[in-house]
Amino acid sequence: MPENGLDKERLVWMFTQMLRIREFEERVKRTFEEHPGVIRGHTHLADGAEASIVGSLATLGPDDQLLTTYRCHGYPIALGTDPKAMMAEIYGREDGLCGGYGGSMHLTDVGRGFLGTSGIVGQGIPHATGAAYAAQIRGKGQVVLAFFGDGASKQGAFHESLNIASLWKLPVVYIMENNSYNVVTRTDQEDANAAAGEPLAVKAKGYSMPGVTVDGADPVAVYETVGEAVGRARAGEGPTLVESLVYRLSAHGNIIAPPGVPLHFPEHEAITVFGNAEEYEAALRGDPVPRFRAKLVTDGTLTAEEADTIAGSVKQEMEEAVAYGLASPFPSPEAAVDYVYA
Amino acid sequence: MAHELPYIAAIGEAIQLEMERDERVLYFGQNIATTDDDPFLKAFGPDRVRVTPISETAEIGMAVGAAMAGYRPVVELYMAEFMLVAMDQVVNEANRFHYMTKGQVTVPLVLKAGYGFTAGWSGQHTGTIYGMFMGVPGLKVAVPSTAADAKGLMAAAIRDDNPVVYFHHYLLTLEHGEVPDGEHVVPLGQAAVRREGGDVTIVAIGWLVDKALAAAEQLAGAGIAAEVIDPRTLAPLDTATILKSVEKTGRLVVVDQSTRHGSAAAVIAAEVASEGFSSLRAPIRLVTALDATIPYSQPMEDYLLPDEAKIVDAVQQVLGSSPITA
Repeated sequence: MPENGLDKERLVWMFTQMLRIREFEERVKRTFEEHPGVIRGHTHLADGAEASIVGSLATLGPDDQLLTTYRCHGYPIALGTDPKAMMAEIYGREDGLCGGYGGSMHLTDVGRGFLGTSGIVGQGIPHATGAAYAAQIRGKGQVVLAFFGDGASKQGAFHESLNIASLWKLPVVYIMENNSYNVVTRTDQEDANAAAGEPLAVKAKGYSMPGVTVDGADPVAVYETVGEAVGRARAGEGPTLVESLVYRLSAHGNIIAPPGVPLHFPEHEAITVFGNAEEYEAALRGDPVPRFRAKLVTDGTLTAEEADTIAGSVKQEMEEAVAYGLASPFPSPEAAVDYVYA
Repeated sequence: MAHELPYIAAIGEAIQLEMERDERVLYFGQNIATTDDDPFLKAFGPDRVRVTPISETAEIGMAVGAAMAGYRPVVELYMAEFMLVAMDQVVNEANRFHYMTKGQVTVPLVLKAGYGFTAGWSGQHTGTIYGMFMGVPGLKVAVPSTAADAKGLMAAAIRDDNPVVYFHHYLLTLEHGEVPDGEHVVPLGQAAVRREGGDVTIVAIGWLVDKALAAAEQLAGAGIAAEVIDPRTLAPLDTATILKSVEKTGRLVVVDQSTRHGSAAAVIAAEVASEGFSSLRAPIRLVTALDATIPYSQPMEDYLLPDEAKIVDAVQQVLGSSPITA
């Protein structure tokens, strides 16, 4: 067993989950073209963040928990949630993970520790902090991961939560997926640390907790960094802020348009807003999925044929998820007034 | 058996009893339990009773998270207005999760918020803001008017599986009342008929229930029998009890300390106009605060607020009778 605990089986598992997330998101994106009108509202994809998501979740035990943002498709895939139910949810169907009540932004799988998402930037951070307070009271060594973006660190909810979590030594790891953009605003246009050329992880210093920046395109590096933070949290030593540098390979979301206008995913804002195709092309060259595949094939963990076999079965799995979602019936309209109160 | 308690102590008694009954009940907020001799801290320990920083978004947001994770937090907010800095958590987070997840999670929590401190606290600490919350799907809103209900509604709020905003009136803080001993739970969504009468229905909320009862007493002297209904919770609203009364009396006066537009009074009037129009024999009258910010100076503050005389006047108007001379 290697020092970091990632044996061959675990590495292949990580690679497989990254492929599954990528393929799922590709199929969501293609749905806009192939089945116009099937996906409504606003959808946010996790392509580019696969290594960060999988590396983070690989650190968790069975009783640990997480809360995330509306860019939430990646986490449940790695947790083992059925992609069929996820796709059906994104298509607004009765067999969806949340019965069509939540949609793309609110995938939730409580049975797997995924307590939910907030669609409002930053507002899920105190929820995760509260779940960590619950874990501290329960005293069974549970840890909570709080996922959010760089933009959320400009919200009061972020600052208030980090202060309390550090003060109370709560078992929470704050994982900031810094993709350098708040929708179409570059981080250096809205963040004092970024503008000063500092990593956003320095915000941790203001709350007397460790802050660390990691290459979010390297699942092993993420695993080791988050793993250390999870270990601290589990040992009662309090929270850590992990800044995971990722690059989303799709635009922030599909276009925002009134009904009647076909929805689609535009090109990334680096190109459409800032005219910086080079930045985007560089990000593509650093795409974490082929990068990790190359690493595993090069170091002999996988053969190219084995990697292709995994990719083939993942393609098949997600194709079935699309077919399942399309075939699932819509909920009955009258169900819209159920679940208002518990 | 019952005992006499001030309204505020009745709330504390309910929280204490519920914390004894259910170890999942937590109590946290600003400026509580800051010394070791705090009775809640002594009884329940620092895991379940904690002082928080002055961070409403985190306090309420953490209550949401702790509730999702299986606990039942009571957040001490002191003043209702302090919720306004964390409004997203109250009206767009706590109340949404059960629905958005098709019931996968529940968010049982209580936001304890004092309101209506019209005793010279001027513009920003005197608001009667329950109307802002009563139409929010998934939230429940309790507005106790007596010490007994203060206890019973708090117990019900803590036991409820939904987020409940519990509004207690600052001017009732030291009002004493008979409070049932031991377990006392007042179901959410059940109005109380405080006084029976056949001539006119007065629906009064919170602090104004007593004023409405005093007005009813005065009206009785003139031979007018007013029925006084206290909704006790605004969400769910016990429309059935109100409609049943109006069916009998044919006349409705709604008394509410908040400003008129968008008020609970306006909602109640709309429900009766919509569902009970055929019972009405006169236009509905609303007795509310005037549409202005509460001023500091007492004569101006008094001028804005509903009082006994304004209630009597409104009843006379719906009855078409001449003013009573005292």
